[in-house]
Amino acid sequence: MSWVVFKRHRKGLATLTPLGAHLGARLALWRLATQGLSALLVMFGVVSVTFIALRVVPGDPARLIAGGGSGIDVSEVVLQQIREQYGLNRPLLQQYLSMLYDFGRGQFGYSYIMRDDIGSILQRYLGPTLLLAVTALACAWLLALAFVLWSARGGRLASALGAVVETLSASLPHFWLGALLIMLFSVQLRWLPAVSEPGSVPGLVMPVLTLALPCAGYLAQILRGSLANALQAPFALSARARGESEWGVLLRHALRHAIAPAISASASFFGALISGAVVVESVFSRPGLGRVLMLGVDGRDIQLVAAVVTVAALLYVIANLAADNLVRWVDPGAAHEH
Amino acid sequence: MNIEQPPAPLAAALRQGQRWYPLPARWLPGLALAVLAVLAWAALFPATLAPYSPTDMDTNYILQSPSWRHLFGTDENGRDVFSRAVHGAHDSLAIGVLATLIGLGLGMLCGFIGGLGGRALDWAVTRFVEVMFAFPSIVLALLFITVFGNGAYTTAVAVGLSMFPGFARVIRTQVRVQKNAEYINASVALGRSPRFILVRHLVPNVMWPLLALFTLGIGQSIIWGAALGYLGMGAAPPASEWGLLLASGKNFIYSAWWLTLFPGLLIAATSVAATALGRALESRNRNP
Repeated sequence: MSWVVFKRHRKGLATLTPLGAHLGARLALWRLATQGLSALLVMFGVVSVTFIALRVVPGDPARLIAGGGSGIDVSEVVLQQIREQYGLNRPLLQQYLSMLYDFGRGQFGYSYIMRDDIGSILQRYLGPTLLLAVTALACAWLLALAFVLWSARGGRLASALGAVVETLSASLPHFWLGALLIMLFSVQLRWLPAVSEPGSVPGLVMPVLTLALPCAGYLAQILRGSLANALQAPFALSARARGESEWGVLLRHALRHAIAPAISASASFFGALISGAVVVESVFSRPGLGRVLMLGVDGRDIQLVAAVVTVAALLYVIANLAADNLVRWVDPGAAHEH
Repeated sequence: MNIEQPPAPLAAALRQGQRWYPLPARWLPGLALAVLAVLAWAALFPATLAPYSPTDMDTNYILQSPSWRHLFGTDENGRDVFSRAVHGAHDSLAIGVLATLIGLGLGMLCGFIGGLGGRALDWAVTRFVEVMFAFPSIVLALLFITVFGNGAYTTAVAVGLSMFPGFARVIRTQVRVQKNAEYINASVALGRSPRFILVRHLVPNVMWPLLALFTLGIGQSIIWGAALGYLGMGAAPPASEWGLLLASGKNFIYSAWWLTLFPGLLIAATSVAATALGRALESRNRNP
């Protein structure tokens, strides 16, 4: 027997539904709405911080644009022209509001460094970077899961060894790891190209490995901890008592609980992967958002920098939303613990 | 048979020869501390370790592979890579420590304001930290560098800025927990001034457990600082910061592996040592 409530349909019809289902659907909708709202709030903050950093803090953005970072003196006429072109002569509040409005619509303006509309630049370079980051995350998960499951059954020596390997791989710098892989696979063995072309699969292997290995180290650390906790939990004991094999306990019961914290952490790793992508794209001369950002920073193209920074933050926010809901789906109990 | 912990054959086998096994774990923090001490010595007194000057060009020895004369080999200008790496320790470590201090300072400011403030203030600070979290760390650092130009100090500030949200979040939680603790109530009952309680009780009790986080942070910020140097956005070229050494080694990756291997090994060793030390401190905090 369960509680039932009236559910009023659009046409005024009322039916009886179990209270749980009724509330659950309401709750899910409500949660999605609040999540979306707070994501929007974060993005609003991101654009505001970017605006403050690029337009308000430094003395004169026009001089920044004109000098291209070189610090060359430019005439007042040129500066005036730039102010005119970028709307820098308008009041700050007006500039701020128009930036919010434009970014909200996905209008990012024109990049003078790349001589192209920023929207189409992003369209071209977002794909390769996303492909790199997502493949690396998937690869890191596979590596971490395989490694932790292997060492979880190996006793104390294996888990001690595992902890050492994880710490080592987690603190490897991307740029060095990438360079080592190039020296090994391109220079010595000649298996893989040192320069990663956007379309080629062999070219993707080393950048993905470079990004995935440190990430896998972190993931494995989290997985190992939560897996150890789950294996000590009462449900693992009861599963064993029912005659479940040790592998069965591990795979069917403990893993489900153990991966929830790792999924939540994956969202912040996604941010780290975007950071890493900036470095890795430079190491493997791979076109992508990171290279665009570097060009923008080098040439002090503040419009381009603002756009890339906003998109990078948006990716992180989306990853967070996805991870949040994925955790609830994998381990519904985790929702109550927060 | 013990249901709770079925006998793992390897663990049972290990029990007999347990003496050799815990040793590395027990020695790890000491080893890490020793590595960091040597690096700190190199940073403070590079001339005592480096056999040559970092800018001395020996034109007879250009791009030589490692030998007893040049331990890490020589670069394209005939400069001794070992000496350059030793002299670069100062910049790399300084960036790491400074960045972590800046991150910790900003994190403390936000964490304490959020932790001690009223609901509205806490909400605002939490939201602000959340926004700063949304910037991937190197992206935030690059945003800062766009505005203020590159250089060793800007790098330190940029990296510190990108680290502070993590610190702020942990510190805020700690403050929230500690401010309701029994000893704070006792101190209030004794009539201590709020300033006294903050400075003498709250700050030490919140910050000491974070020593582990600080150590871990140094390992991370050295890597990010070197990454910015590698990208050409960190310390300026006459310096021999490790990221810069790697960047110049990139041009000779097909012929001179030592230009890439050794500076990177130093960066990795430093960050591994800092991480190992941090982990040891962390586990000591958890079960003293």
